[in-house]
Amino acid sequence: MANPVSIRGLRKAFGARTVLDGIDLEIAPGEFVALLGRSGCGKSTLLRILAGLDREIDSEARVSGAVSIAFQQPRLLPWRKVWRNIALGLHKPDGRAIALKALREVRLPDHADAWPLTLSGGEAQRVSLARALVREPDVLLLDEPFGALDALTRLAMHHLVEDLWAKHRPAVLLVTHDVDEALLLADRILVLDEGRIVATHHVDLPRPRRRASVVEQRTRVLADLGVDVETAA
Amino acid sequence: MALSLARKPALQLRWISPVALVLLWQLASSTGVLSPEKLASPLTVAQSAGELIADGQLADAFVVSLGRVFFGFLIGGVVGVALGLVSGLSRWGETLLDPPVQMVRTLPHLGLIPLFILWFGIGEEPKLALVASGVAFPLYLNLHSGIRQTDPGLVEAARVLGYSRLERIVHVVLPSAVPQTMVGLRIALGTAWLSLIVGEQINADAGLGFLINNAREFLRTDVVVVGLVVYALLGLTTDALVRLLERRVLRWRTR
Repeated sequence: MANPVSIRGLRKAFGARTVLDGIDLEIAPGEFVALLGRSGCGKSTLLRILAGLDREIDSEARVSGAVSIAFQQPRLLPWRKVWRNIALGLHKPDGRAIALKALREVRLPDHADAWPLTLSGGEAQRVSLARALVREPDVLLLDEPFGALDALTRLAMHHLVEDLWAKHRPAVLLVTHDVDEALLLADRILVLDEGRIVATHHVDLPRPRRRASVVEQRTRVLADLGVDVETAA
Repeated sequence: MALSLARKPALQLRWISPVALVLLWQLASSTGVLSPEKLASPLTVAQSAGELIADGQLADAFVVSLGRVFFGFLIGGVVGVALGLVSGLSRWGETLLDPPVQMVRTLPHLGLIPLFILWFGIGEEPKLALVASGVAFPLYLNLHSGIRQTDPGLVEAARVLGYSRLERIVHVVLPSAVPQTMVGLRIALGTAWLSLIVGEQINADAGLGFLINNAREFLRTDVVVVGLVVYALLGLTTDALVRLLERRVLRWRTR
């Protein structure tokens, strides 16, 4: 089976400013990859290209199979009830049944007929995840989906995402600037800086991972991001 | 629930000051401060209203005027919504349609009466045209800007999630234009009544405007006031209907 994400020498420039400068990226089926980087390093641009939202590129970026996405903001339609938000665009007759099943998976079984604006940030983000997953994606793009959540909700979401990934096994590309999050969830971490992948870390720790088990590797990843924890602490 | 309960008394409180004004007016008439040739007392007005209702004059006039607003609104609504949709949903439509519409809307539409009379004569047509032109522009402007204000993030999400173009329009673009369009609808209704009142000054031989103008010739200020009150009540009623519609259509906003 071909890799669902396959990119060679991807370049992208906005005017004179080069945002992506020769990206090579292969993601295997079912692999969980985290893309780490500072703001403005090009990670959002890369994600938009993979999502097909930006087609003005001068190289080959192949994403095969179904692609789905969850954004930092849940981007639910406030005028459609929760279950419709999940089912719309699916083009399946039993949309409501599918949506209800997905809502049970994200532990929101009673919110099918709620209006999105009545949900908390964490609940809305779980609906957004359910909406992405019912599309049975081969590639699931996560654009800092936990960035706007409070710390406790974020922890719960990490577990949820790991469970859902283990169950559905899409290839995942998680864009984040949270090193701990990347270490807890990803098989492989890519560090992006000024449009280039400057480091790759394989995370071979057993799952489910705990915070303590990732501390050692955390220091090395942070060093690649230009953060010296030893002197900072 | 708490919100809708809290709203009801507020709606009723809105009646306090109008009622107080009417009482003050009756006082002025009873004490002779206000002569009946200038303005009849509320009691006389109420009496005349009773008579006009009893002999069917008011109902006839009412039906004629309501019909003018209804059909004028329908014509203006269809034109305004159609133009707003074309210019909101298509770049070419906007490029071609928006400039002339924006130019024409700077003309005060009540000032078009002389032209309408020359074009349509003095029958029903200029009245309908006046109402229609008062309705079309606010609807066009608000629908167009509502569509243009659609959150691009939602459209993007819909694209990645596999919505067809039609689904994006039906489920993303048009619903997000609804709040702004409701504002346009309320403005349009207000303008529709105003246009009707002005339009009915043109040689009307039926309708509320005719009733009022006829009464003026006989110095019947009581009948003039009855006509004005009916105009006002109609305006209030339609506004209340739009509020009701608004609450129903925009129910996703609260609860």
